[in-house]
Order: sequence, then structure tokens, then C-alpha cells
Amino acid sequence: MRARPPCWSAGQEEAASGDLWRDISASVLRVLGGFGLSALVALPLGIAMGANTTFCRLLEPLLALLRYMPAPAFIPLLIIYFGLGELPKVLLIFIGTLFFNTLMIMDAVKFVPRELLETTLTLGGRRRDLLVRVITPFIAPQVLDAFRINMAAAWNLVILAELVAADSGLGKHITLAQRFLRTDQIFLGLIVIGLIGLLIDLSFRMLLRRSCAWAT
Amino acid sequence: MNLVLDSVCKRFGEGRDAQLVLDRISLTMHTGQFLALLGSSGSGKSTLMRLVAGLEKPSSGRLSLDGQPIRGPGSERGMVFQKYSLYPWLTVAQNVAFGMELKRLDRGEIRERTAYYLDVVGLSNAARRLPRELSGGMQQRVAIARALAAEPRLLLLDEPFGALDLQIRESMQEFLYGLWQRTGLSVLLITHDIDEALLLAQQVHILAPRPGRIVQSLSLELNQRDLRELRISAHFQTLRHEVADTLRQLDRDLL
Repeated sequence: MRARPPCWSAGQEEAASGDLWRDISASVLRVLGGFGLSALVALPLGIAMGANTTFCRLLEPLLALLRYMPAPAFIPLLIIYFGLGELPKVLLIFIGTLFFNTLMIMDAVKFVPRELLETTLTLGGRRRDLLVRVITPFIAPQVLDAFRINMAAAWNLVILAELVAADSGLGKHITLAQRFLRTDQIFLGLIVIGLIGLLIDLSFRMLLRRSCAWAT
Repeated sequence: MNLVLDSVCKRFGEGRDAQLVLDRISLTMHTGQFLALLGSSGSGKSTLMRLVAGLEKPSSGRLSLDGQPIRGPGSERGMVFQKYSLYPWLTVAQNVAFGMELKRLDRGEIRERTAYYLDVVGLSNAARRLPRELSGGMQQRVAIARALAAEPRLLLLDEPFGALDLQIRESMQEFLYGLWQRTGLSVLLITHDIDEALLLAQQVHILAPRPGRIVQSLSLELNQRDLRELRISAHFQTLRHEVADTLRQLDRDLL
């Protein structure tokens, strides 16, 4: 008989009972919610900060300060304010990725060559055209790359939030396994987390290659 | 087309740190003219070009095109920069079509005119390629085609061949001269390359540095039928040395 790692049979067992799928989908949904929200806010904010010096000077010190506050330190506050449901977890991911997303997008906008913007103006373009037709397509590859990198932070945070307090999710799966000394289950959780992360990373890379072939 | 600059000054900075970059520049230019502004670095020639393009505002003085004061950038004054000005995510054809799309011309017309201007610059075969796949000379030809496709009354060239190798620069100069002859464009060229100014332009204004001002204006009547021939002719060489001496003298005065 071939020897199989114990987490393999743990995986089969979990997959059959449906618990694993429930935990995966809970974690994935939280990441998508929190990160999606963060991306939605970071895009206009980062573009505005990159394109407008006054706006940037106003907000940058604040963002720089907030960026140095570790997101996990917000967990107690989030639990006190929002309880143990989905909201505090989504918000944790939002807080933990917003500043990085915004600053990276801002930087991308700042590096749009001035000649490109001025050429557009001399071709009859207006300010709106600069935003829609020049800045947005130019920064698209850097934005996708920033999202890809910061997505890893989102995964760290969701697991952390679930380790602290949750009734589902991969983090919860691991704490529960710890209580019963089921190292096979812990390894299963870790491997699944790693695989999902890898899958997300690869999909971002593929999206980048497909939509921004000019930059790769 | 009638471009008029009337004692245009430009200062950068304010108060004590204010620096006069252009000092009372006056010039006029008419339809079909090829005019060159020749000066070394610090002569404010790029600033002057940006004023005409509407990308900067003068500190004093007036600029007007066909009687209308220049208030900002507009497609009647097309501009070609030295580099980095092609949209890297668009193909060559899409780059050329860009200005026409901003004007919302209809698809058929855009396609037709794109094909026409690609043909004018000899790049019909490269229509579907991306800018990064092209040589520097080809990229500048795309930039010129894109500016022309917006049908400007005046074409502004800001050291368009400054970043190219010498050989390519010479063939691009011949290309530009041929283009000007064929199309009857009005061209305002900025350059620090004496040969380029003297070979191509009908009129050359020499700018002195710090502050930038016109110190000499030359009207040229050279036999430009064969630029290669002209480059090595004794007459051209003499003229070239005279201008080079003038520029050197201007720079020396600063030291």
C-alpha cells in the first residue's frame, strides 16, 4: 500500500463532510469583500492624489501615519464596535490594504510621462480625456500588480481575524484543529491557504498578460 | 495661418528667485513657412515652444494665432516632443487615430485618414505594431503622423530628432523636408543642431541664452533640391561656421 501524508486523508474526510468547502468559501468571500472595497476606494483616491498635488500634500502625511499602524492592532476595536460577525473581518482587510493600494496607485499616476499628457492636450484632449484615455490605461498594469501584491496581505489578515474570533473560515479550521491536536488538519489548512493564494496570484498574472500585453 | 508673438516674456519663480527665461521675444510666421529657432541649452527655446503650444502662459506679452490669442493647448497647434510621447498601449494605427477619436470623427473617416497619414510617413506596414517594437526614428515618424492627422494649422517640433543616432537623424531631416514640400505645412522647429536649422528652414532665429532672446534672424535661400549635396557644399559649410561662431560667442559671454 502506498503511504499517503495524513493530511491527505484529513482532506478527503473534510471534503466529504463539506466543512472544508464551507471554510474556504467563508474566507474567500471575506477577502473578496474587504479587498474589493479597498480597491474601490483606493482607485479614485490614488488617482486623485497622483494627479493633484494639493490633494496629495493634504492626505499623504495622514496615509503615511496610518500605514505604520499595524492592521491587526485594530482587531480589538473592530470587535468592540462591530461584534463577531462578518463586518469586522471585512473591515480589517479593508483597513489593512487600503493605504498600500492607494499609495501604490498614487505612485503609478505620478510616473505617467508628462509628454504623454501634454501630447493629448495638443491633440485636442480635455482634462477628462487625460483621466479616461491616458492615465487609466497607462497605470492599469501597475494597478493590477499592486493588487496582486497586496492581495497577500488580505489573506494574512483574514486568517488572523478568523484565528481570533470566527465560526467559519480557514483560520477557524486551524484553531479548531489545534484544540484537538490534529496536526494533519492544521497542515491541510495551511496547504489549502497556500494553494488559494497561489491561484489568486496566477489569475492576476494571467489577467495582466491578457489585458496589458503591451507592458509585459 | 498667421502666428504672432509680441514682446513675449517668461519668468519662472517669484520675488527674488524669479528668473527671466525669455526676454521680449517678437516674431511672426505665415502659412507654409518653415521656421527654426536655434539656440544652445538655457536659451529658453523649449519654453518658447511650450508657450506657442499653450502649455505655459507668458508672464507678459501676447501670442496669437490667426488673430485669436493663445490661451491654452489646442489641436490647431500640433506638437511633436523629443521622446516618450507615443501611447505605449496603443498600436501604431491607434496612436495615429487618437487625435481624431478625441474629435469624435466617424469611424470610416478615421480609418481612411489613419491609412493616409501612415502612408505619408511610410509606415503602412507597421500599422498593427506596438510603439516599443519600433526604432526611435520610426517612433518619431508615428508621432509626426499623429500630429498631422489632427490637421493642425501649425506643426510644432521640439527637437524631434534630438534623441536619434546621427545617420537616422540625417535621413529623418530629409524625410521632414520632403514632407514639408509635399504638404505645404507650416512648421516651427526648435533645435540646437545648426545643420538641421540651416538645412530645413527658410528662416532661422538664433536665440541667446540667459535670458533667452533673439539676437539674429537669418533668411535663407539655399538650393535645397538635394540636401545631401547641400550639406557638403562650400557655401553651406561657410554659413555653418559663421553660425557656430555666433553661438560659441554667445555662450562664452556667459562664462
